[in-house]
Amino acid sequence: MNNTHKRLSIIMLCCCAFWLTACSEDKAAKTEQAAKVSIDKNPFPSRYTPLAGEPTLITNVTILDGIGNKIDKGMVYFADGKIVEIGETLSVPDGVLTIDGQGKWVTPGIIDVHSHLGVYPNPSTHSHSDGNEIVKPVTANVWAEHSVWPQDPGFGRALAGGVTSLQILPGSANLFGGRSVVLKNVPHRTMQEMKFPDAPYGLKMACGENPKRVYGKRGGPSTRMGNVAGYRQAWSDAQDYMRKWDQYEADYEAGKNPKAPKRDLNLETLAGVLDGDIRVHMHCYRADEMAVMMDVMKEFNYQIYSFQHAVEAYKISDILAENNVCSAMWADWWGFKMEAYDGIRENVPMVHNTGACAIVHSDSDLGIQRLNQEAAKAWADGRRAGIDIPQQDAWIWLSANPAKSLGIFDKTGSLESGKNADLVMWTANPFSTYARAEKVYIDGGLAYDLNDPQSWPVADFELGQVGEGDSK
Amino acid sequence: MKTFVLTAALLCVSATALADKIAVVGGKVFTGTAQGTLESATVLIDNNTVVSVSNGADVPAGYTVIDATGKYVTPGLVGAYTQLGLVEVGMSAGTVDSSVTTLPISATGAAYDVSYAVNPDSSLMAISRVEGVTSAATTISRTEYLFHGQGAVITLASDAQPVLKPKAFVAVNVGNAGADDAGGSRAAVWVMLENAINEVKEAPKSLSPTSDWHGINSRLDVQALRPVVKGEVPLLIHADRAADIRQVIAFKQRHPGMNVVLVKGMEAWRVADELASAKIPVIIDPEFNLPGGFDQMGATLANAARLHNAGVTIAIGMETHNIRLATQHAGNAVGHGLSHEAALAALTVNPARIFGMEGTIGSLAKGARADLVIWSGDPLEVTEAAETVLINGKVIEHTSRQIKLQERYQSFADTPQASQYIRLD
Repeated sequence: MNNTHKRLSIIMLCCCAFWLTACSEDKAAKTEQAAKVSIDKNPFPSRYTPLAGEPTLITNVTILDGIGNKIDKGMVYFADGKIVEIGETLSVPDGVLTIDGQGKWVTPGIIDVHSHLGVYPNPSTHSHSDGNEIVKPVTANVWAEHSVWPQDPGFGRALAGGVTSLQILPGSANLFGGRSVVLKNVPHRTMQEMKFPDAPYGLKMACGENPKRVYGKRGGPSTRMGNVAGYRQAWSDAQDYMRKWDQYEADYEAGKNPKAPKRDLNLETLAGVLDGDIRVHMHCYRADEMAVMMDVMKEFNYQIYSFQHAVEAYKISDILAENNVCSAMWADWWGFKMEAYDGIRENVPMVHNTGACAIVHSDSDLGIQRLNQEAAKAWADGRRAGIDIPQQDAWIWLSANPAKSLGIFDKTGSLESGKNADLVMWTANPFSTYARAEKVYIDGGLAYDLNDPQSWPVADFELGQVGEGDSK
Repeated sequence: MKTFVLTAALLCVSATALADKIAVVGGKVFTGTAQGTLESATVLIDNNTVVSVSNGADVPAGYTVIDATGKYVTPGLVGAYTQLGLVEVGMSAGTVDSSVTTLPISATGAAYDVSYAVNPDSSLMAISRVEGVTSAATTISRTEYLFHGQGAVITLASDAQPVLKPKAFVAVNVGNAGADDAGGSRAAVWVMLENAINEVKEAPKSLSPTSDWHGINSRLDVQALRPVVKGEVPLLIHADRAADIRQVIAFKQRHPGMNVVLVKGMEAWRVADELASAKIPVIIDPEFNLPGGFDQMGATLANAARLHNAGVTIAIGMETHNIRLATQHAGNAVGHGLSHEAALAALTVNPARIFGMEGTIGSLAKGARADLVIWSGDPLEVTEAAETVLINGKVIEHTSRQIKLQERYQSFADTPQASQYIRLD
């Protein structure tokens, strides 16, 4: 998909842990070469360590493996943080902790691709409003992870709803809102301790009403055509920036002593997209706007990994399928603004039914607690419209497709041998309103246990306050 | 016995009203009355009203039978707190009648009257009624005044006269939002409220435009608040913090003749016994469980169950575009300890009672308006849905703008030429 540019440190950091680094790759140069400038792409590395777990066998459960298979009375075995095996009967070593899940269901952990937990946390005071850098329409230089407040009580509530990983996005005020970050949903002291190891970065972009409303009286864009001009100019600037670095690389390789271009954090992120390292997740409601954005995508040779909200995806599901773009959708939100006016309850199943990638997302600190119910509604609404999707296929909307769009499906998102043991045991069929997440495992560690209220997460903010979390 | 049988599915297609006499037979019926829930019952409807609900399948001659065997039957849902009919699209889309700024006719906001503003052709009406919401309380949501005007109870029927009860309630907010609009402090908002009410009690019986009047209410505000002060019209008070709710209880004790209802009440569970003693019902969204502000620290999913178990009357259904999700909200309350029957009551008879309309809407009492829903199964299950909806004794046409959009693009998707222009048919 991408061009063959090499820049900004495809070159390995030869010796160094600093973001701006002198590497001692010398070729006995004829001219005196200054140290080569390369850039650390990971200056805020994950310090995540999995919760301690023990080898565990869950028996007598209905299993949805997250990739379209259902086992009616099966077993799940995980150890050392990984799924070892699932099946109807498994033989496991002696002494393995065994949980009888009679009548219960096991699924992969839910992955929410659209959350603002931490950047728009509770309490929702102005002091905490860190999700939109509303100063200019192109702010690809900002990173959501620098706004994440790990003490947001919403993380713990989402955990009780079976969410094991989530993407934190900047808001949608800007054409380019900034980088997203993928987190493991293990409430911790610092963002780095929650950061999903080796997950690609995302870039939040936004179509439609929000940027034009915010910037209409601040120098623009004030129209949708202004929005598109803004995206195209920014990509064009990024191409220019990449050429400068290419030139630097080429000159250096040729033994010259070029001056490195000045770093531009904004263009650096955009170049990361054009390079294929960073994934675009674009807030876009209307079908016609999504179609335009897929043309912009082709013009500048990058990939949109998901349209976020995609309220009208059902109108163009064939075009979305053709372009391999996921749609991250609500089950039934609609009408709060014009671009959400054509929302219908069958959006998710209609997109799925065309063969396009459908994702159920929340964008809500309440909705994230019940994403299984959102998928259940979409599944049932589809059936009533004659789109009969098995529940084991519908679960793909909650785990596998989100993981694919985020670039972490090699690690999580399904119950396959060798993948992270991110899974949920539900009290009943999770397509029921009454089902609750009973045990939530992240990398094989028990992160939430419904039957042990004392263990439920209480954020620092809630400590010593009325209620102390939702256990009360 | 059965003269004419139609399946629910067929009824969805047949748009026109059936005969005046309808028998809904064989369903599990939640009545919303002392009859409770009947496992397999017959509901008789005549002349737009409920005649009877009885066990078994006996249908007198002359009734058109709707078979509800294996299905759930409930009264039509009553939206407890909405802006239905007052808003089409909230943001950047023109006039929104649920938002009011200042105008010289009112000084405290009580005078405003939404019964002038209800649009029965709003797309939200059909979208909500096909999912079982047949009536609703509706009012102003945003104003810079103390009071949020006079709300109305409306029917969601496609009806030229949507207002069932004008001037049905007056709302006020004494929590953070209310304080922010009134001097920035509870120390201001309560003084304002207390004096606005006391002033009405002391106001002359007649206030003509030429009367000498220097109150904090305008003349029209006084007129609007007189029935509130007498307890004929409920005062809905928004508050979340337990301390604020205790002030609401104290307010009721100071004004024992008034009919006070608590709205939102995130920490209401902490004062559940006192609310029960004071006979103050609560309208809630049971899914609110996050500390959105320093007056919501005790928010919990257990709120609904704890209130009900303490004997408080609760109503569930605070939404507008998605008031249809009230069933999911109630279902989650059940998932956190509320009894199923209490949850159904919270969607139907309890809001009717709060707005003084019990026996008219929200139940299948003899003589009640025949608003009735036949559900595919348990109404609180997210996978079930309203299949047949009757409003005022008529089967409504099962269609909406959203259903038409779905049908249009479904049929489009079924054709191989997926990029042809979609024609109006």
